[in-house]
Amino acid sequence: MAGERHTEGHIDRHVDAAALARAAERARPVSLAAERCLPVVDALVPLFPDGGLPRGAIVACRGPAALSLALQALAGLSQAGSWVAVVGLPALGLAAVAEAGIAFARTLLVAEPPPEEWSAVVATLADSVDAILVGQGLVGSGRVRAADGRRLQARLRERGSVIVVVAPHGEHGDHGLETDLSLTVVDAVWEGVGRGHGHLRNRRVEVELTGRRAAARTRRASLWLPDIDGHCRAAVDPVAPVVALRSAV
Amino acid sequence: MTSAPRVAIVSCPDWPIVGAGFGPGERAAVVHANRVVAVSPSARVEGCRVGQRRREAQSRCPDLALADHDPARDARAFEVVLHAVSQLTPRVELTRPGACAFTTRGPSRYHGGDAALATLTATLVRQALGAAIDVAGAPGVGVADGRFAALLAARAASRQGGEPVVVPRGASASFLAPFPVAALTTDSDDADLAELVELLPRLGIRTLGALAALPAADVLARFGPVGNLAHCRATGADERLPAARRPPPELSVQMEFEPPVHDLGPLAFAAKQMAEQLHGRVHDLGLACTRLLVVAESEHGERHERVWQHEGALSAGAMAERARWQLDGWALSAHPPTGGIVLVRLAPDEVVPDTGRQLGFWGGRTRADELAARAAARLIARHGPDSVTVVEWRGGRGPLERVVRVSAAAVDLVERAEQGSAGRAVLPTPPWPGALPTPAPASVHGQPCRARLDDADGNAVTVSGRGALSALPQRFATEATPAEEVVAWAGPWLYDERWWDAAGHRRRARLQILTASGAAHLLSLEGGIWCLEASYD
Repeated sequence: MAGERHTEGHIDRHVDAAALARAAERARPVSLAAERCLPVVDALVPLFPDGGLPRGAIVACRGPAALSLALQALAGLSQAGSWVAVVGLPALGLAAVAEAGIAFARTLLVAEPPPEEWSAVVATLADSVDAILVGQGLVGSGRVRAADGRRLQARLRERGSVIVVVAPHGEHGDHGLETDLSLTVVDAVWEGVGRGHGHLRNRRVEVELTGRRAAARTRRASLWLPDIDGHCRAAVDPVAPVVALRSAV
Repeated sequence: MTSAPRVAIVSCPDWPIVGAGFGPGERAAVVHANRVVAVSPSARVEGCRVGQRRREAQSRCPDLALADHDPARDARAFEVVLHAVSQLTPRVELTRPGACAFTTRGPSRYHGGDAALATLTATLVRQALGAAIDVAGAPGVGVADGRFAALLAARAASRQGGEPVVVPRGASASFLAPFPVAALTTDSDDADLAELVELLPRLGIRTLGALAALPAADVLARFGPVGNLAHCRATGADERLPAARRPPPELSVQMEFEPPVHDLGPLAFAAKQMAEQLHGRVHDLGLACTRLLVVAESEHGERHERVWQHEGALSAGAMAERARWQLDGWALSAHPPTGGIVLVRLAPDEVVPDTGRQLGFWGGRTRADELAARAAARLIARHGPDSVTVVEWRGGRGPLERVVRVSAAAVDLVERAEQGSAGRAVLPTPPWPGALPTPAPASVHGQPCRARLDDADGNAVTVSGRGALSALPQRFATEATPAEEVVAWAGPWLYDERWWDAAGHRRRARLQILTASGAAHLLSLEGGIWCLEASYD
């Protein structure tokens, strides 16, 4: 009698264990994609598939207004309290950084390190700050070794930091860092200057976002970068020129 | 309410004045970070007070002599007093140069009572100070239950002209009652306590007696731990945290020097390393050290030990600093070591559980700030102090002049982030006349590169003294880029800066241009040469 019961109890425990595993699977907290993003300014939210900069991503900004766009991409998270580090980019206009909305109290400027220490410096920063802005110089020239690049990407994903690469001119070739998202400015038109009068006031840009996985479909947005008040705003112009749609492939 | 041990405190008022070496009757003040920290009696008569700004003090007393605050120098000068007091008792505790304390249980019984002990102490200290008494006022000796009451008693004694004040056992509360609430912050750097002391009078609690009359539990509930501390002090109870205990002996750190060391430099460096090691050991156990024993031995067997007491937890830097003061003081005292130092030991005398620092939920100190500061420190240590910089506003007309980069090693990043607003970094400076209109260019070339701005005929465009362009600009080229057609331009804005300064005089004109490719640049003409100053990237 006791042995039977013991056997039955044993079988029950088996069944219970399987049911328990299934219940645990259902109850495990799900991390939403939106929670794994860093915030961006309102004008850029429709551009990103997750509504923000995905953590652990490497974003490249290309085109004529690449630097301003990169600053705007970082402005949202800086205002939310994150730290931003700028590596290299000696020609960065700091007044423009402030006008974009990046808080000086939470910005570090790091001088361009020697090529062999570039990955080490960026890795140190990736552990501590949420966003790193780098220039194309080293990344584009392919001097980041593939092994270093992979380690750096793994660390970024683990820590949840973001690297924004400013590459105003053209593509970069074979290099160690693979970009997850690519923001390209296809068109930039300044307004406010005439022939000998006025001054540069506002600029209208057309931005395209391409990337891997969720961002594989090209997304497009029309922005004022900056508008008359100096902010980045979505341009909703009912008389916008008709733009040929890019194919999804 | 636990009864506090009876403590005698010797307080030399305005000790930094004596330490700075001023003469008696001189109007003098010691200044730290533009604020007055100590005032001589004759300057106090003129109206200078502790906490005033330097200019204000100088306006009250024009012939005020000033000295910089140097705690090491004060500690050295205080050695004589310590030596005198250590004749009465071996364990003398120091909080800061100018005040020392010791428990009276043993010495009092030996010398026949508290009053006799106090009088003897006062005599010894007066003898040790000698002529320095006239500089800053007579030292006061106070005996009472608990450190805070004894401190106030000592201050009252020195105000009365040197007669020691002995508060009978159990009468601390009645002694403290008439003092104003502001007395809680005497000799204290605690910012939370200072805030509380500001708040209490506004709630109607003006004296320590009124504070002591409140129920302790209610004070704790309303004001938190700092309120509890204030209440303990006001009632004369033992303010030592109940969790304070003697640490295990293996926490102490000791270093022996072979051959004996005579210079202070290597000793200070060794003390720093020992302090960091000790702090690490104490920290790993979740404790913080509030009392530190520093022992130094010379090669001929002379031993010098002191106990340093601190209000809060001693950081590694604070421990190293006190060890350095002590070694320095011993070397320069009247009885210096006759040989080199062979042994230095740092031992924590009292530890409390480390409550840590409460990080802020919104604003305030955050973990991100500390991580960033740590990363900056690592990079600076590796690549030099100029490798990491932060940005400060300066104000100016051109894009290059409005901001300045400051080495991150020179600023406290965490404090800066705490003070910085979480909102938009709006330009804090008022409008600067003649500044370039916003938006600011995103690319500013540090070394402006030479450019050519030509009109339709290929001649360079010039700007007249009245600001008129000589011809319509047509083509723009730099050394790095090919010639482009100029579609639109704005300006020129004329600048004639520092015309009174022969060396710094700059006359230039700035022009914004828009090229056919859609790029916008800022050009500057100086001395007939066009430069590409910035690009609106």
